[in-house]
This record gives sequence, C-alpha cells and structure tokens, in this order.
Amino acid sequence: MTERRFAIEVEDLTLAYQDKPVLWDIDLHVPEGILMAIVGPNGAGKTTLIKTILGLLKPAAGRITIYGKPFVAQRKLVAYVPQRGSVDWDFPTNVLDVVMMGRYGRLGWVKWPGREDRELAMEALRKVGMANFAHRQISQLSGGQQQRTFLARALVQDAQIYFMDEPFQGVDATTERAIIQLLKELRAAGKTVVVVHHDLQTVSEYFDWVTLLNVRRIASGPVSQVFTEENLRLTYGGKVAFLSKTAVSQSTPDTLQPASSGG
Amino acid sequence: MELLNSLLFDYTLRTVALGAATLGIVSGALGSFAVLRRQSLLGDAMSHAALPGVVIAFMLTGSKTPVILLVGAAVAGWLGALLMNGVVRNTRIKEDSALGIILSVFFGFGLMLLTFLQRNPDARQAGLNSFLFGQAATLLISDVIPMAILGTIVLLLVLIFWKEFKLLSFDRDFAASLGYPVAWLDVVLTSLLVLAIVVGLQAVGVVLMSAMVVAPAAAARQWTDRLGVMVFLAALFGAIAGVGGAMISSLGSGLSTGPVVVLVVSGIVLLSLLFAPNRGLVWNWVRQQRDRRKLRLQSVLTNMYYLAEQHDDMAHPHAVTVLQAMNFGQGGVRRSLHVLRERGLVQESSSGFWALTAEGVEEARQLIDSRRAGKGGDR
Ligand SMILES: Nc1ncnc2c1ncn2[C@@H]1O[C@H](COP(=O)(O)OP(=O)(O)OP(=O)(O)O)[C@@H](O)[C@H]1O
Ligand SMILES: [Mg+2]
Repeated sequence: MTERRFAIEVEDLTLAYQDKPVLWDIDLHVPEGILMAIVGPNGAGKTTLIKTILGLLKPAAGRITIYGKPFVAQRKLVAYVPQRGSVDWDFPTNVLDVVMMGRYGRLGWVKWPGREDRELAMEALRKVGMANFAHRQISQLSGGQQQRTFLARALVQDAQIYFMDEPFQGVDATTERAIIQLLKELRAAGKTVVVVHHDLQTVSEYFDWVTLLNVRRIASGPVSQVFTEENLRLTYGGKVAFLSKTAVSQSTPDTLQPASSGG
Repeated sequence: MELLNSLLFDYTLRTVALGAATLGIVSGALGSFAVLRRQSLLGDAMSHAALPGVVIAFMLTGSKTPVILLVGAAVAGWLGALLMNGVVRNTRIKEDSALGIILSVFFGFGLMLLTFLQRNPDARQAGLNSFLFGQAATLLISDVIPMAILGTIVLLLVLIFWKEFKLLSFDRDFAASLGYPVAWLDVVLTSLLVLAIVVGLQAVGVVLMSAMVVAPAAAARQWTDRLGVMVFLAALFGAIAGVGGAMISSLGSGLSTGPVVVLVVSGIVLLSLLFAPNRGLVWNWVRQQRDRRKLRLQSVLTNMYYLAEQHDDMAHPHAVTVLQAMNFGQGGVRRSLHVLRERGLVQESSSGFWALTAEGVEEARQLIDSRRAGKGGDR
C-alpha cells in the first residue's frame, strides 16, 4: 500500500469574530479518500472551520493547504455544499439552473454554460434522484429536495474534496440513506468527503474518520480510535446521556448519565 | 389621442419621453438585482446621498449643466455606499442603521447647502430645487444623450456579467468558493446601481428615485419565476412609469415629475400584487375557489359510489338529503349534482333522487383508485 497523502492540512488555525475567538489553534490532517464527520455542539465553529478552509473567512493565524498547496491554487479540486438555509430559496430560478452554477468555476468569466454543462447537470440530478425536478422552480422544493439540489451542484464541480455543511439537516430517512450511499460512492472513487454532522448515533455507521470540535479541536482521527466517551464529554460538556451506547467504549462506559440529550 | 399626437410631433415632449424611458429601463433592470439582494434600502440611501453631490458640484463650477451636476451626484452616492460598507464592517452598527445614518446625514447636509445657496442673492441656483422632486420637463436633448449612453453601458455590463451577477445574488459564499472576487463584484454591482440612480435623478429627484429602483422590480417579481424575464419586465414597467409620469407632469403646469412617476409605478405594483398569475392575490383566491369546487364535486361523486356499493346496485338512486348529510359542512351539494349532470356523470331519477350513470361509476372508481394508489407523484 502506498503511503497515504493528506488531502487537507490545517496548522495552528485561529479565527475570531471581533474579539471572540471561534476557532482556537486548530490542527487537522485529513488523509485522502476518507469520509470524515465534523461534530460539535451548536456554535462550536464547524461552519466557520469549513468556510475558513475555503478561503471565505480570513483567519487571524494559521496555515491551510490542500494537497500540499495553498487553497487558492487548488480551488478546482474542491466542491462545497453550503448550509441549506444560507440562500434565499425564493430566488427566481429553477433546479437545473442552480445545479449548473457548479460549472461556473470551470467556465470562468463571461462564458455561458453550454450543452455539455447542461448534460452534466442532468446527470448529477439523476444521481441524486431529482431528474424529474430539473425545471421545477426552486421555491417549490421541499427541504430534502433543496438539499439534493445542492448536492447535485457539488457533484458537477467534479472535485477531489467535498465539503458539506449539514447535508442531512431536515431530510427524511430515505433521503439520508440515499445521500450517504452517494458519499460512499464518492469515497470509493478516491474522493475525500468532509461532512458537518449532528447525529452522533450514526457517526460510527456512516463515517470512517471524525473530528470533534468545540472552538478547539478536541480530537481527530479514525472513528474507532477517537470517537470515545471521554472525547465526547470534552466536546459537549456533561449533557450527553445517550452517548454511552454510541461512542466507542474504551473504558467503563457506565459512569455517564446526565439527563438531557445534547445536539 | 392628443397625447399620442404630441408625443410624435412635439420635439420637447419626445425628448422628455426618451429620457424618462431610459431612466425607467436602467433603474428597473438594476433595481431587480438590488431587490433580490435585499438591498432596496441601499438604493434609497444612495439616491438621498446624491443631493450634496449635486449642490457641491454646482458650487464648485457655477454651472447648472446636468452632466456636471450628475457627476457630483454619482461621486456622492458612491461615497455614501462606500462609507456605509465601512461602517458595517468596522463597527457594530448593523446595516439598516448604517443606511439610516448615511441617508439622513448626507441628505441633511445637502438640504443645508441648498438653503444656504437660497439665502444668497444669487438667482442661478433656482434650478437646483428640481433635483429634490424631479422635473422631467427640464430635460434637454443634450441631457438625454449622455443619459442614454450611460444607460446603455450599464445594461451592457449587466449582460456581460449576467452569470456572475446571478450567482453573486443567489449564493455569495458559493461564488466565493469558486474563486470569484465577490467583494469586487459587489462594488461593481453597487456602482452600476449608483449609475442607474444618477441617470434618473434629474427627472425623478433624489427623494423618490428609490421608488423607481424598488417598485418595478417588485412588480416584475410577481409575474415570473425567471431572472431574465424579471429583469426585462422590470425594465418595461420602469419605462412605462417613467414615460407616463413624465408626460403627465409635463402637460400639467409645474407638476413635479417624481410624485407622478411614483403614482404610476404604484399602480403597476398594485395591479401586479392583485392579478399576477400564481402569486397574485386574486389569482390565489380564484384558484382556491376552483380547488374547493373540484374537491366538492369529487366528494359527492365518490360518496354516491360508496352508497351504491352498499346497495349492490350502481344505478341505485339516493336522496339529496343523504348526500348532504355525508358532505356535512361543505354545502353546495345540489349545485355539485347539477354540474355533474351536465358532465353526464349523474342523473336525477325522480325529484330529489340522484343516481350515478355508467360513466359516473367509471369516473368515481378511477378517482378512488388513484387515491388509494397513494398520494403518489409530486404535488
Ligand atoms: N458573522 C459572524 N459574526 C460574529 N459572530 C459569528 C458570525 N458567524 C458566526 N459567529 C459565531 O461564531 C461561532 C461559531 O459559529 P458557526 O456557525 O461556525 O457554528 P457551527 O458549529 O456551525 O454551529 P451550528 O451547529 O449551529 O451550525 C458562534 O458562536 C457564532 O455565534
Ligand atoms: Mg453551522
């Protein structure tokens, strides 16, 4: 087996909004070809971390590389699925048009998408099971359909690394399974997928790598090694009753019980 | 008719109409992007902010040539937008408050300068007041030509960067992740908006120009779900409002153009809110009524089917009163029956007793089947 390359490397990353630190001294080494979850409570800085890696926010300090080079030089290797709520779904456009936006990065300035882009977009829509919705107004989509539209848009970017901010938010079980199937196909094709995830129950089932984040990086590594009760407690504080079942048990798992469920 | 006549043969009126159409088209098109980017207030702030620019340009040059005054307006409007961006970025003041601050400070300053000028016994500033509420009648062909050139450039730029502006307006973060310089694109789009506003200032005035930015776009949004069509319609509505307003105000003596334009454009907005298909209120009401009637018909039909099934005789007649009881609270059973009879689905076998026809049985069966097959398909 050849030595694994790092798809994403983050060193000493610190970012603050005004005077409030949101990410503190983050180190991250993500090997190629894995499915990684980023978990952490609301406001932990998950979205901020992704946006910083994508160059949307300027860090106070730190270094970020994609396959050994700065992000700016590697932009075409990266696809992005923003949090669904980050756009206005009443915008006057249709599903196909949104998906084609994923091609704009390759098209460059001024050039208009052509037939090939349209076909790629249709292909992506078929993959996410939305082919029949190509000409549907985006204001008439359900939450799960919006999510799938965004996913298709990322697919046509034809990237090596995919960043997805809560792709399972507000989708039903069937859609969730379809999406995870898609992510696994991407992984099988050698892509790296980074997913902000909220459901701790499914982490071990879906992902092979996990980063626990709460302003600081609590832990990052293979799920079997770092998704432990101890680390979860460090990430979420005390309120994690249901974790004893889901976390990988390392030591005696029955000392933890506070009532409410976090997340 | 007389209006059309003068429009065709009166040189002055034609000039005014041309200028008004230009300003309407440009502000409508750019206003669409402003509205979609939730920047309607920005347009308002920038048009008000242009006033001191007009006055200062006059004080510096002593000239009332509109082109010079409008350069002043553009600089001031642009400065206002820039300053606002700075305030939002570097302080904790939120965008809406920043807009309010810029608007009132610049506009107040402009008014102060105007008053100051008026107290001096220099009659030359007389025309400046028309920049407050607009005077389309003052447009000369030498004003309209630069307006048209500027407007064409603005529209061409929108066309060239169409894809980029669309992406920027829909999903700014995604655009940035693709490598588009979004901050720079913001500046370009905002500058184009400033130019669109400047084009209209002389005719519509700083106080009401923002209506020409927001209203045509808002009206156009009602009629379509496609960006291209929306921008086109907004330009059209803008042109109608501009020309209409300019004509009416030029014919009436001394009427300011701004208020008349706003009246016309408000009419367009009102019509659009009421009558646009899909989004219009009237349309919605009609559709609701239609849906309700259709549902009522279907429920009468299927109820008759269920009743007949119990009698093992599909042609068994039922009393209206029974059907009314089954459709309790929905009313209109008698009317539904008559509609169904027109379609040949039911017949009145004796007074007050109704039975399904063979076709009615078929129709009802299909309805029930499709309901069982499940809420399948979309919608
Ligand atoms: N534009 C902003 N200005 C100031 N503070 C911000 C801004 N955006 C985010 N924050 C703060 O930064 C922190 C991290 O936010 P972030 O959106 O990264 O959290 P998250 O982990 O994605 O949360 P969630 O699970 O709710 O999506 C939060 O405390 C938030 O209040
Ligand atoms: Mg988030």
